[in-house]
Amino acid sequence: MSDFIDIGSINDIPLRGARVVRTHHGDIAVFRTATGNVYALDEYLPGKAGPLSNGIQHDEKVTDPMYNWVFDLATGEAQGADEGKVGTYAIKCEDNRILISAAAVKPSVAAE
Amino acid sequence: MTQKLIIIGAGMAAGRALENLFEAAPDAYDVTLFNAEPRGTYNRIMLSPVLSGDKAFEDIITHPAEWYEEHGVACRFGQKVANIDRAAKTVTSDNGDVLAYDKLIIATGSNPFIIPLPGHDLDGVIAYRDLEDTNAMIALGDKPDAKAVVIGGGLLGLEAAAGLALRGVDVTVVHIMGHLMERQLDEAAGYLLRKALVDKGITVKCSANSKEILGENGKVKALLLDDGTELPCDLLVMAVGIRPSVALASEAGLATGRGIHVDDQMVTSDENILSLGECVEHNGDIFGLVAPIFDQAKVIAKTLAGEEAAFSNKEVATKLKVTGCDLFSAGDFADAERREDIVFRDPARGVYKRLVIEDNRIVGAVMYGDTADGNWFFGLIKDREDISEMRDTLIFGPAYQGGSPLDPMAAVAALPDDTEICGCNGISKAQIIAAINDGAHTLDAVKSISKAGSSCGSCVGLVGDLLGFTLGDEFKMPEKEVVCKCTDLSHDDVRKLIVAKELKSIPQAMQELDWKTTCGCHVCRPALNYYMVCAWPGAYEDDGKSRFINERVHANIQKDGTYSVVPRMLGGITTPNELRAIADAADKFDVPTVKVTGGQRIDLLGVKKDDLPAIWYDLGKAGMMSGQAYAKGLRTVKTCVGSDHCRFGTQDSTGLGIQIEDAMWGAWSPHKFKLAVSGCPRNCAEATCKDLGIICVDSGYQILVGGAAGLDLRETDLLVQVATEEEAIEVSCAFYQLYREGAQYLHRPYKWIAKVGLDWVKEQVVDDLENRKALAERFHYSQKFYQIDPWAERAKQGVDAHEFAPIADFTKVAAE
Repeated sequence: MSDFIDIGSINDIPLRGARVVRTHHGDIAVFRTATGNVYALDEYLPGKAGPLSNGIQHDEKVTDPMYNWVFDLATGEAQGADEGKVGTYAIKCEDNRILISAAAVKPSVAAE
Repeated sequence: MTQKLIIIGAGMAAGRALENLFEAAPDAYDVTLFNAEPRGTYNRIMLSPVLSGDKAFEDIITHPAEWYEEHGVACRFGQKVANIDRAAKTVTSDNGDVLAYDKLIIATGSNPFIIPLPGHDLDGVIAYRDLEDTNAMIALGDKPDAKAVVIGGGLLGLEAAAGLALRGVDVTVVHIMGHLMERQLDEAAGYLLRKALVDKGITVKCSANSKEILGENGKVKALLLDDGTELPCDLLVMAVGIRPSVALASEAGLATGRGIHVDDQMVTSDENILSLGECVEHNGDIFGLVAPIFDQAKVIAKTLAGEEAAFSNKEVATKLKVTGCDLFSAGDFADAERREDIVFRDPARGVYKRLVIEDNRIVGAVMYGDTADGNWFFGLIKDREDISEMRDTLIFGPAYQGGSPLDPMAAVAALPDDTEICGCNGISKAQIIAAINDGAHTLDAVKSISKAGSSCGSCVGLVGDLLGFTLGDEFKMPEKEVVCKCTDLSHDDVRKLIVAKELKSIPQAMQELDWKTTCGCHVCRPALNYYMVCAWPGAYEDDGKSRFINERVHANIQKDGTYSVVPRMLGGITTPNELRAIADAADKFDVPTVKVTGGQRIDLLGVKKDDLPAIWYDLGKAGMMSGQAYAKGLRTVKTCVGSDHCRFGTQDSTGLGIQIEDAMWGAWSPHKFKLAVSGCPRNCAEATCKDLGIICVDSGYQILVGGAAGLDLRETDLLVQVATEEEAIEVSCAFYQLYREGAQYLHRPYKWIAKVGLDWVKEQVVDDLENRKALAERFHYSQKFYQIDPWAERAKQGVDAHEFAPIADFTKVAAE
């Protein structure tokens, strides 16, 4: 089985846009930055921030729409005075397709 | 004994390898050279000067016929190799000749990538790779009114476009990414490059997806984009990248990945077959630049001569020149944690430099316009040198180490003398400087001598900059409140400079106003976007990605990530039909809460994001549109029932409220804007705490402004009393426009009035009738572009569909 799963074309996410991938263990936000890089992060930092896919992107960061926390898209770390980290997932672009780590979206244990 | 060496491909890699081989071992091999192109080696990089007419093809031939003759190379130009038989150690030419080899070099280079769009095989669709392609472009220049489209805004595509433009062809570049040369340049440098190309008459379309190539009688006619735009063309050049040419090698059973696998000695998985150039893959890298390929040529020659040599890929800086624009990029300039930027911009000269620093070392550099120091920076990157000692002046290059940083007032210094600085009093930059030179050495002195800054005061920041710039150290700049950490300018400065310098996009504003970050932040981007929306109605393309989520998806986000939906009800008036449609929608979409708002509207709370377009569609069918309850813009006009029903009512307050809301809906402003119209001084619509309130009296309409009933509580002040509804509407629109044009982003009218003074506002919209009229006219003009129901666009036309649906849903997959 391949380690990555195709979730769509890069054209499905505009530059500086974001989309959600729904999984059994919560939503994952997929970002495409101004430079064309893609990142996958947890949509929520429970009780603190999210939905991050709704934030404003700048450089390789996103600002949370609820409380203005700023997260680094590559590491998931909150920037500045805020402390916290959202999970990040392996994601890549190949031939204009977006591929996400299969482990990130695999069904829950019960389904296996 | 002499061995037989066959080389497949006579590109630059093969040419250099042969030169090196004849130096290392002049008589070791009998060489046969195949080339699919009917000619020997030439400098492919120099095809661009051939295209532009600076050079003839003869000038760029590096290996003429005599050279091959002199070295005894048997040339088979115009012949392809059909297959390789590794067991027999022979190759078969496409004319059937079978030739034996002892050693074989595969130097097949790369193939241009052709996007398999419908119509890609039409006549007139070419790549930009060889002399034939170049000649096709040159021939187009002889045709009158010729048009060409180039797909691809990378180096090659831009070279093609520039060459075609020089030959008088009308060229459009179509690029899928948001800015040109995104692999080498960041957004800011990409903007400068685009500007330079547009100045040369080239049309540039970024973020543009090609959909189909249209033809007529088998010949290309136009390129159709996803958004329906049709770009007519006589020639379509695809320059979207190259792919290593590996077919021959993989058919022969050699190990290949993206390229032909080679080891450090440039030997493939077959010990008698070597390979180099753009067709190889070495330790996972593939190659497109000349420098590493020439290194490979040295290694391959030594390997063939039986000497020890090993290839290792070194980091290479790209120093490029696209049609007279100097570009430099090296290393890694993506943003990441622990990385910081040093950015230098000189708007007047069109210079942009950016260094990316990590742990006191430069890891990347991007430069545009002035690349003289590029190699010095590249050296610092390569040597991983600690730059903490020279950090303050690093960006000025080696000549300035120990010098002082540049003047921060560059943006003001660069303004032309006749630029109007004080709009209220019509005072230009030259007049202010004249006043300063006449002895006005403080802000107050400039105000009293030139009158600049003496009215609304929004230009005092710029006047201060002019004092500093004219007087130098003599003048101590008062502290000013900057927009955010990305700039030294205040909101007022930015607004004025956007208009004065006619800045019409966010990247352009950031470059010309010397932004300190590459693409801003969540504070300055929305502000800039609003200033553009206000300054250039109809001309500026609203950037949704620079808007807060509520304005991006036209609904209010709630704390659980659901949204609220508020349809517009002009003046707070609704109908049984609308109410039925709202009730049906609430049932259909399981809306948990239906609430009446403070602004006399109905709020459907708890709608799932995915459902927004569908619920809007249903509401739209009943004639309702967005109530913009999420906007920094016109919200609601609250009314009482007025003279229609109320025994105290003096005028038709409901009707006036509806007229005003009908004129104002859809407008964006620095912050939300709420109104109310009360039919008598009992003020049931609570008009005296609104941004603009109207109280009807027997003799007319009192117009009140600057109220607040939020964090601050403030009663309105009387702006003017007018006699007719028409005047009331005109004054309201003029006041709103004055606020829209002047206030800083996120200031409600009461804050703005506190800054500029109520008297000044009265001068503008009460006393000066001509100005009132002009303000109202500008407002109505702007409304032509913004009175579009955003819900209908999204529910019916699929605008921004990506905002409302997940890209993938793995919960459903598993459930099936």
